[in-house]
Amino acid sequence: MLGVKLAIEPDGVQRIIDALTRQGYRVIGPTVRDGAIVYDSIARLDELPVGWTDQQDGGRYRLEQRGDGALFGYAVGPHSWKRFLHPPIQRLWQARREGDEFTVVEDEAAAEPLAFIGVRACELRAIAIQDRVFLGGQYLDTPYKVRREHAFIVAVNCGQAGGTCFCVSMDAGPKVETGFDLALTELVENGHQLFVLEVGSAAGADLVSEFSTRPATEAEIAAAEQVTARTSGQMRRSLDTSGLKELLQANPNHPRWDEVAERCLTCGNCTNVCPTCFCTSIEDTTDLAGATAERVRRWDSCFTLDFSYIHGGSVRNSPRSRYRQWMTHKLAHWIDQFGSSGCVGCGRCITWCPVGIDITQEAAAIRAAPQPPERDVNGRS
Amino acid sequence: MTTAPESWAVPQPLRVTRVRRESSDIATFYLTPASPFAFAAGQFNMLYVFGRGEVAISISGDPGEEDRIVHTVRAVGAVSGALAQLRRSAVVGMRGPFGSSWPLAQAEGSDIVIVAGGLGLAPLRPAIYRVLAHRQHYGRVALLYGARGPADILYQRELETWRRRLDVEIEVIVDHAGADWHGNVGVVPALIPRMSFDPQHTVALVCGPEIMMRFTVAALRDRGLAAEQIYLSMERDMKCAVGLCGRCQFGPAFVCRDGPVFRYDRIAPMFGIREI
Amino acid sequence: MEGLERIVLEHPFFAGLGPEFGAAISGCARNLRFAAGEYLFREDEPANEFYLIRHGTVALELHAPAQPAIVITTLREGDILDAAWLVPPYRWAFDARATGLVRALGVNARCLRDKCEADHDLGYELMKRFVSAMGERLHATRLQVLDVYRPQRA
Repeated sequence: MLGVKLAIEPDGVQRIIDALTRQGYRVIGPTVRDGAIVYDSIARLDELPVGWTDQQDGGRYRLEQRGDGALFGYAVGPHSWKRFLHPPIQRLWQARREGDEFTVVEDEAAAEPLAFIGVRACELRAIAIQDRVFLGGQYLDTPYKVRREHAFIVAVNCGQAGGTCFCVSMDAGPKVETGFDLALTELVENGHQLFVLEVGSAAGADLVSEFSTRPATEAEIAAAEQVTARTSGQMRRSLDTSGLKELLQANPNHPRWDEVAERCLTCGNCTNVCPTCFCTSIEDTTDLAGATAERVRRWDSCFTLDFSYIHGGSVRNSPRSRYRQWMTHKLAHWIDQFGSSGCVGCGRCITWCPVGIDITQEAAAIRAAPQPPERDVNGRS
Repeated sequence: MTTAPESWAVPQPLRVTRVRRESSDIATFYLTPASPFAFAAGQFNMLYVFGRGEVAISISGDPGEEDRIVHTVRAVGAVSGALAQLRRSAVVGMRGPFGSSWPLAQAEGSDIVIVAGGLGLAPLRPAIYRVLAHRQHYGRVALLYGARGPADILYQRELETWRRRLDVEIEVIVDHAGADWHGNVGVVPALIPRMSFDPQHTVALVCGPEIMMRFTVAALRDRGLAAEQIYLSMERDMKCAVGLCGRCQFGPAFVCRDGPVFRYDRIAPMFGIREI
Repeated sequence: MEGLERIVLEHPFFAGLGPEFGAAISGCARNLRFAAGEYLFREDEPANEFYLIRHGTVALELHAPAQPAIVITTLREGDILDAAWLVPPYRWAFDARATGLVRALGVNARCLRDKCEADHDLGYELMKRFVSAMGERLHATRLQVLDVYRPQRA
């Protein structure tokens, strides 16, 4: 049944949510809160951002009414699914002191399985990228593995590009290709709403078999293809990735780094909203009596001075070096480390930067005027 | 020689069986492992002081002795300060071993030059033990060791023991000394031009403060060693020790996982970049 | 060119140098200006130029991670910036930063070395001055290393 395309009405989406809830999933989806579309537990369709869309640009995010009843008529907001798969704060273990000895008890990974509704193509790619980070190396992040294995993903094909999107450049969307259990494409025509539903896995097929559906017609399938084709054409930004790794790694002293450093506040918003940033810090604490201790892992950012601190000072002291680290890691070093770019073109870093720094512009500026090679250290002889 | 893929996060509580004060702020202590502890020279452990924190410390014992884990620590912060003050029978958390190691198997058949600066002798000591235990597999073996002053010389008795052998060259040099010191005074890189070794068949292992390593590498290159023949041990702050928290990145390399021992050609470009 | 020759011969490093050598040196020379904070060169870069300071101060520095650059010494009007360009492997061993506006003479290293090989009298005149300047610098560095101002133990 994989790859089969069905047609469902909006109430079919409600039935998917209900079926997942019955099976014990915590169902998480987009919802409006504090003027933004965030991800949180949902139970009913009317908790989705029905009829909302977003206006995004560098340092700018506003919600607006669409004037129709689209359930998924917006792009991505400040949240990404990493906050559920790789939580901001997580206890790793507790230790109890007994005399001069102590015993350590590891925390069990969370039991409640997660179901995500509304995962975009760029977000599927981001999840795949984090899978590589946490599960693809010699050492595994076990809590991530448990959460990931039990997660059910209902993806959504984007009906419109966000203002800061450039997933097409990163070959990460807007059409979902792989990594989902079910995928929805919303068709709104003459006030009539319909979803083309694609089955992406055996778990997805099982879920859908619980209720009656009809196969999508040729016209409906064509209309669904049109949706993502149209969205592809709406990208307002692009990033030329050809030779980008070599370009950034060869230009650590480009004057552009000085220029962006004059704007960058090192606030770390970009690392916070980025769906692939994974850096964490570990904190060891103890209670006042010194009887129990715990180790907690929490999100960190390469923009903090503390992040690169070794005895005496921070290795990356200047904002210039910290911005350079973030961007070079994301677009260049990541490829050496994990075999792909760390960027999925979701545009969040551009939208949520208070001063609107645009990673695509910074890369283009460096590409436009690369510096000559400083010295060939290997050729030294 | 590696930690299990899934249980790397939990420290084992181990007891200190012996402590030796090396100087006012440096101590060497021995831990007894629960089962034979195998590691490769150059690797490190994460040492945990209950409720206070954890730091990465190179293992400085003999890889051939699996019934003990030896660490030399200098007090530079809260956790290392506590480790440097440990007493016998204290309990310390340990997880490891982690990281890459000195290329001692690949270097068999070559001359070995070991250049240590200050506390950099600690991560190199396991390499010295291993080379001396398999002495017949190597050509000339030389140790150059630079310290601040005579009082700062680490492992002094062992150095004297090694020096009494006829098949190892040892040169110790200090930055300053009084008239009662009858050894070399000066800087380690200055010893390199006069050494006799065959640059074509030499592997150099270097560890010390970064400035010292830079100038040592320059002196070795001037003697004709290729970048592929020189290995360094790098240091960055570490938390997870397994390449998952991102903290120890040095360019594209994770020092905890791709290092701490690196072949010089791999990291040469990063050496020239400030604040990387 | 004539003005440059005069500037060359007026520099304290060349004090007492016969005017017959002035033309040879100035043929390899140019006038340079550095703004405050500009680096004349960085550690490990090829040492292609012999710098003589005419005005201003240059700090010689070493960089290390997690600390500000360490200033080893500062050189002023009348000083020369080291002799790395004179001997192989022709690589600078530290950074050189202009601490304020600096005016300097830059003499192309290869040009000057070639001329010294061709004219050993010129070479010897320069060597004498170099050895003297480097000797003074070594002596000063030794005194610095002594750390004479450290608190004396009881």
